Amino acid sequence: MRIGILALQGDFAEHEAMIRRTDGGAGTLLIRRKRDLEVPIDALVLPGGESTTMKKLLVDLGLFEPVRGMILSGLPVYGTCAGLILLAREVEGGEPCFGTMDITVKRNAYGRQLGSFFTTGDFGDMKDVPMTFIRAPYIVRTGGKAVPLASVNGRIVAAREGNQLVTAFHPELNDDLRVYNYFLGKKR
Amino acid sequence: MGKSQYELNKELAQMLKGGVIMDVTTPEQAKIAEAAGACAVMALERIPADIRAAGGVSRMSDPKMIKGIQQAVSIPVMAKCRIGHFAEAQILEAIEIDYIDESEVLSPADDRYHIDKTKFKVPFVCGARDLGEALRRINEGASMIRTKGEPGTGDVVQAVRHMRMMQAEIRRIVSMSEDELFEAAKQLQVPYDLVRSVHETGRLPVVNFAAGGVATPADAALMMQLGAEGVFVGSGIFKSGNPAKRAAAIVKAVTNFNDAKMLAELSEDLGEAMVGINEQEIQLLMAERGK
Repeated sequence: MRIGILALQGDFAEHEAMIRRTDGGAGTLLIRRKRDLEVPIDALVLPGGESTTMKKLLVDLGLFEPVRGMILSGLPVYGTCAGLILLAREVEGGEPCFGTMDITVKRNAYGRQLGSFFTTGDFGDMKDVPMTFIRAPYIVRTGGKAVPLASVNGRIVAAREGNQLVTAFHPELNDDLRVYNYFLGKKR
Repeated sequence: MGKSQYELNKELAQMLKGGVIMDVTTPEQAKIAEAAGACAVMALERIPADIRAAGGVSRMSDPKMIKGIQQAVSIPVMAKCRIGHFAEAQILEAIEIDYIDESEVLSPADDRYHIDKTKFKVPFVCGARDLGEALRRINEGASMIRTKGEPGTGDVVQAVRHMRMMQAEIRRIVSMSEDELFEAAKQLQVPYDLVRSVHETGRLPVVNFAAGGVATPADAALMMQLGAEGVFVGSGIFKSGNPAKRAAAIVKAVTNFNDAKMLAELSEDLGEAMVGINEQEIQLLMAERGK
């Protein structure tokens, strides 16, 4: 199994370390330019970072169309924080990027860095999942086939629509592999 | 299980990795920086090259000007306070700045003590020339480190020296036997626990960026290959002929710092780089401030 990680900007190295530790292990491939897409991948992670930076680089480096095509053709994709924003169909006060998932997202929804926080919560049928929110967004609305998976203080912070999974929090910043195992279908 | 604000602050720096933080003086410049792909902006009244030219005492920027920039962009906004000036830091915290740079670019307010950054909820980034300085700042509560370089010169030599020094010292600590770490802590004038952490992990306990004198995509790629996790660009962008194009090129150079062919394309037709001053021609060595 080889998991591609978009490595234009952000904490892609932390995702890489976590994916290698998932049940049974998994290979990783950092994607920084068009020719990195020539190697086949089984799933794609869109990391945390700045969504405006990633969006600009996706377009400038010629990655936007091919990656969007891969998502639309069913490649499993997991977006955390900035990655969630990239997948959302609607971004409040902004322009969408891939827009492949039927959700509306509010950016910097908890305010500036002083609003960043940590909590634990239920995620699907998993209990006490650690959730780190860094200048995080939340999901205002899910539509169509998008299903909420987790909520914190009444706000949706994780959702799934077919091959697409998103979380507003960063599982890569904690020592808990359950969300990755869930994404990669390795759930015990 | 909880997580301290300090942990969350270190983690914000992790989100900035692989990115470029740009100095901006107006909301318009902030928008240009954001559109070019900056992962954060540093709001200040005068960029280092102009501070150098103007001389005199240089202080924290007008909070109104910083707020204007906060409203103009959605990316994190940083601002500088003087070394040791905790009241300026309190003011920046009150306007909910995302990161405070306790910076040698401004005139130091205290020639002995840095700010006790553990007293603050907002994160701090500090400059360092070597491992000892970096670990002392981290011990005081800094959640991100950058090289000092020599700001406002367009000369990358000092940033290179500082990054090489830090990496060489990290390698030296990693190769030590455990009983040697106590003496290393004494020599570096830092707590043993921090030295032990470097010994075990082979890196600083916080994110480490390059800063000071970066002016071209090649400069940025050089710093990344030397081990920087991202780059601050101060005067290099808005003192150049075509800021938007140069900014975007430096952003791409930081992402693809190992791809020489792409770097060659990025370096084409950027217009005039900032003029720059050589190290030997400078009157004021900002890197000597705060040790």
